[in-house]
Parts: sequence; C-alpha cells; structure tokens
Amino acid sequence: MPEFMAVLGIWLGAFFTLSIFSFLYKDNPFYKLAEQIFVGLSAGYWLIYSIFNVLVPNLITKLFFDFGNNIILLVPLALGIMMLFRIIPSTQWVSRYPIAIVVGTSAAIAMLRTMQTNLLTQVTATMVNPFQFSSPVAIVGTILVILGTICGIYFFYFSKKQEGIYAVPSKIGIWFLMISFGASFGYTVMARISLLIGRLDFLLRDWLHIIK
Amino acid sequence: MTSINRTVLERRIVFLVLAIAVALPLVFPLGLKTQVTPLTEKAYDLVESTPAGSVVLLSFDYDPSTVTELQPMAQAVIEHAWKKGHRIIATAMWPQGSQMADMAFADVQGKFDNSKVYGLDYVNLGYKVGGMVTMQAMGRSMEAVYPKDMSGLDYKDIPMLTGIKSLQNVKYVFSFSAGDPGLTHWIMVAKDKYDIPVAGGTTAVSAPGFLPFVNDQMQLHGLLGGLKAAAEYEFLLGYEGAASLNMNPQSVAHVLILILIAIGNVKAWRKRKSVQQEASKNA
Amino acid sequence: MKRNIPLILAFISGMLVIISEFIPHYPFGLIEETLTGWFMIVSSFAILLGQISLISANINRVVEKSQNWQYYLAGLISFAVMVTVGLLWGMENTPGILGQGASIAAKLGSKPFDYIFEYAYMPLASTMFALLAFYIASAAYRAFIIRNFESNLLMITAVIVILGRTSFATALTSWIPKSLTLLHLPELTDFIMQYPNTAAQRAIMISAALGVIGSSLRIILGIERSYLGGGK
Repeated sequence: MPEFMAVLGIWLGAFFTLSIFSFLYKDNPFYKLAEQIFVGLSAGYWLIYSIFNVLVPNLITKLFFDFGNNIILLVPLALGIMMLFRIIPSTQWVSRYPIAIVVGTSAAIAMLRTMQTNLLTQVTATMVNPFQFSSPVAIVGTILVILGTICGIYFFYFSKKQEGIYAVPSKIGIWFLMISFGASFGYTVMARISLLIGRLDFLLRDWLHIIK
Repeated sequence: MTSINRTVLERRIVFLVLAIAVALPLVFPLGLKTQVTPLTEKAYDLVESTPAGSVVLLSFDYDPSTVTELQPMAQAVIEHAWKKGHRIIATAMWPQGSQMADMAFADVQGKFDNSKVYGLDYVNLGYKVGGMVTMQAMGRSMEAVYPKDMSGLDYKDIPMLTGIKSLQNVKYVFSFSAGDPGLTHWIMVAKDKYDIPVAGGTTAVSAPGFLPFVNDQMQLHGLLGGLKAAAEYEFLLGYEGAASLNMNPQSVAHVLILILIAIGNVKAWRKRKSVQQEASKNA
Repeated sequence: MKRNIPLILAFISGMLVIISEFIPHYPFGLIEETLTGWFMIVSSFAILLGQISLISANINRVVEKSQNWQYYLAGLISFAVMVTVGLLWGMENTPGILGQGASIAAKLGSKPFDYIFEYAYMPLASTMFALLAFYIASAAYRAFIIRNFESNLLMITAVIVILGRTSFATALTSWIPKSLTLLHLPELTDFIMQYPNTAAQRAIMISAALGVIGSSLRIILGIERSYLGGGK
C-alpha cells in the first residue's frame, strides 16, 4: 500500500508540475486549478504550523498546565483576540492596540539592529587602509570599494541638481551600480535555472525514470 | 505572419530550447568539475575549526520553491557538522523550513547508517514566527522561545540542550536563507548583538547583496551562494551529490543564455541599422 | 482614544526596547523579554487573521459565483483538507487531536499532512518559481540590449559572471599565463563580486539603512500613522 501511494503521489506531483508549466503556452484551466490549490494548501500549511508550533507550545499548553506561573500570558492572548476584531469593519479600531505594540516593538528592534549592522559596521568595514595589503589586486580592490561606496551614497543622497564637478561622483556611483546590477543579473540567471533543473530532474528521474 | 505572432513564436522557441538545454545534460552528464571559491572555503573552515561536541544552530529559513539550491547545501553542512562531532539544533524562521530540516536529516542519516540519535546529536525545534524579534528573544532564553521541540518533548528533557540556556551558548549559526526572515537577521542578532560566528547559504539571486557582510569585522563567516557553492561544498567534503550533478545542466544553460543575449543584440543592432538607413533614404 | 492610545502604546513599547538595549538590567531586560515573547503570540494571531480574510474573500467569490469561482472552490477545498488532516493527525513528529495517526501513516507512507506537503505542495511551490527560468531566458533574448556606456558595463559584468559561475570557466581561460591570474574567469568573477559589487551593494545598504532608521523613528514618535489604517 505505501508503495502504491508513493507512486500515486509522484503522478500527482507530475500532474501539478505539468499543469503549472502549461502556463508557458498560455493561461488555461489546468494552470488556474493548480494555482488555486497551491494558494489553499499554502494557507492551510501556515495555519497548522502557527497553531502547532507557536500557539500550542508557547500559549495554550502553558496556560492549560501551569496557569499560576503563566497568568501574564492572558495579556498576549487578549491582544491576539483583539487583533481578530479587524475582520468586522465596525470593530476594526480594536485591532489597532495589538498592531501598535507589534509595530512599535519591531520598529525599535529594526532600528537598533539596522543601525549597527547595516550602517555603523558597514562604514567601519569600508574605511580600510588599502596600503596595508601586499597584493596589488587587494590594494586596487580596496580603493575601488572605498570609492564606489562613497560615490554610490553620494548618488543616492545628494538630490540637489548636480552639474559640472558635482556630477562626477554621481556618474562614478552609477558605474558601480551598473556593474553590481550586471552581477546581480548573472546571479539571478543562475538562481532561476537552478529551480528549473530541480523540476526537470523530478520529471525525468522520479516520474519517467529516464535518469537512473 | 504578424509581428505579435512572431514574438509569441520566438518566445516559445526560446522556452523549448531552454528546456532541452537543461534536460539533455541531466540525462547525459558531462562530468564537469567545479572550482572552489574563497567564500565557500571560509564557510567550510568555520565548521571545520569548531571543536567536536559543540552545539551549533542550523536555521532552515526557506521553503520548497528554492529546494534545488538550498537543500544540497543544508545536507552538505549537516554531514560536515556531524563528521566533526557537532550536535545540531535545527530551527526554522519559515514554517516550511522545519519540514525541510527533517528531510535533510533523514537523507544524511543514511550516510551515517542511521547512527545519529535524536536528542543527542540533533534536535528539530521547529518553526517560530517573528523573525528578528524572535531571534533577539533567543539571545535571552532559548527555552522561553522553544518550550518544546517538534515532537512535544520539553526543552529541559532534551539531553543535548542541557547547558544551552540562550543563543549565546551555541558555537556558530548557519542559516540557509531564501529571503526575510533569514540570514540578514541572523547577522544582525547573532553576530552583531551576541558575537556568535554566523555563516550562511543563500539563493544565488540574493547572494550579491550579502557580500558587504563578508568583511574584516567578520559579520559573515563565508557565504554559499546558489547551486554552484553547494557543489563546491560537496567537492570539499569529497563527494558528488545533487548539486555537483546539477552543475552540468546549470553550466550548459548559462552558455545558452549568453547565446540568446548575443542573438538578441545582433537582432537589435540590425534593426537599428535598417531604421537609420530608412531615415537617411527619406531625408 | 481609538487613535491616540495606540500611538502611545507604539511609543512606549518602542522606547522600552530602545532603553533595554542600553540598560539591559532589571527591570528593562525583563520587560523586553516579556514584550518579545508577546510579539510572537500576537504575530501568530496576525497570521490567523490573514488566513481568515483570504478564506472569507474566496468564500464570497464562490457564493456570489463571480468569474472563475470553480477554481476558488478548489482552493477552499484544498485549504480545508490541509487544515483538517493537520488538526487530526498533526505533522512530522507533532501529534494532532487524534494522536500520531500511525495506522493511516502506515498506509500512506507518511502522515496525510506530510503526504500532501511532499506530493502536492512541494511540486506546486517549486514549479511556480521554476517558471521564472523561462522568463529570464526570454528577457535575456529580448531586453538585454546594449544601448550606451552604462548598459555596456552592465552587460560585460553579467556576461563575465554568467560564464564565470559555470564549470566551463576554468577550462575557458586556462591558457592565460599564471602571472595574469586575475584574468582567469573564476578569479575575475571573484574580483568583481568582492570589490565593485560589494561597493555598490554597500552604498545601497547604507542608504537603505538610513531610510529604515528614519521610518522606524517616525513610527515610534507617532509621526508615521499609516499602519493604523483609515477611520477615526
């Protein structure tokens, strides 16, 4: 029985794979069906994991089996229920309270962590003495990093009309950005092809057994 | 043929040629070898240099859509960590990640004759919502965030977690990340707040954006970017896995894309030239 | 009350987190720990809310028999199946209301939830994204055209990186003498990624960071209020 179910599962997987790929020819009922099934399964998956991996262990079990020590958890439970009031238009305002706490907390943490990781440490990492290296490649590369970073920020941040000498750093900044976008395009090609390989591998190996 | 029909036809031909270019090397592998890059070596060195018996954290922050790129990486890193005698905590910031972790553990267990014991050598703590905020909470108390593992075992009853009070007790964090929440947040919290070494594996599409973190401040201890890096890691471990085999169609498809770019440019150049000729005739 | 109290709550929770960053001792450390614990639970309810609104929107489409309602019905059925089997027998090692469902798992080879995940969800999710491979190939053919100096830079870099990240790269430039290692395709790709790419990505990162800090401050100080939605 499990062997039969595995084979059936692979045929099911092949059906869904081909249904999605059929969109390449044109939009059709098979694609539409597969798309909506995906949305439904995805929503169900998120719901089950939120219940079993978060709400049950972090809230329900604690309140059920050790209420005395976890009485404070009634607060997030109440806030969570208040969040659900958003469904009814006349009571939507109730959901603003939990949203405000969530947004305030995450904004503060995002601000602190971004300031340290994406701003201060990045500035420190840029300000390197290029001449400490012995290899000419590293020296030139480090100078390029300093120049490119400063010119890139100049391009983004100095919105005053840039003419003459003031336009030069912006121009250099754009060149660096173009190189980076080219690299990103290259990596995007790599990523997308990889995903296709995965699906064709499934069809040719697991379904058709052409690859052994 | 109208120009719209022609465009549609051309597009379908491109689709077909791409499918063939990927399928053929899958069926008939070319036996191509890949060269290891310093970024992969750096990530490998972090695992290699961590002493046996260390408890480490692997975070599965992706879903099945990027499984071709990230699953071989996860398997290679699990294998390496187990070879070095590390004990692995698996977490997931994406709900699908915990299932990906179970699949990866099951695959690698085969190479160790199923000798790795759940609760002693590895544990799957499952998914938690909240991304960066949850990671920050892990820095204060792991048990508060994960009162139980996936099977319902209490945190304090899992032998390998004795002594792991907070995130600060793990020796390194390795995040397999397809987006947010993921590697960026691990760098922000685990490395920059708690000073725990962080390495990562990402999809190729997001890899260029992580390179500024590979710096003297060691915000990121190496980076595996896409399928090629996964193949490099397999090479360093001395085996040819899914990633190495898939580098055959990957390489052929890259060449095809370059050919398509070239044809597209020649076509555009000829079109521009004929427009110019037309304009000069009319003048 | 409907707008001002939420603004005050956002301010207090934000400030408490900021203060606890600099004074991590009692009581601020404890308050931050409590707040972050609550965050997780409240966020789960937010996911619940998202699912409820998606499902109710789809139910409306089916009830009103709007265009393509049959497909939305299929979506609703698959949602119901996933949730039902998940609640009844759980997933992976997690038990459901009826326990681990060993007998049904023995027949299917895995729990029903995991079976659907492996054979329906996984193919659907990964194929949906695999479609992009075809579109990027089409874009490379139709839109990746040289026009000026900047697009030249973009094109040259892309070509080097696309070729440099193949298994052919080493062989293609192995004839170049060792003294010119930088011109070997893998090394040249590494150089581009490590230096010019890092510079540009860092400029983007720093600029975006300034934006994040600004907008976070606006939220905490109550200047940015769009997250509260419309109405009084």
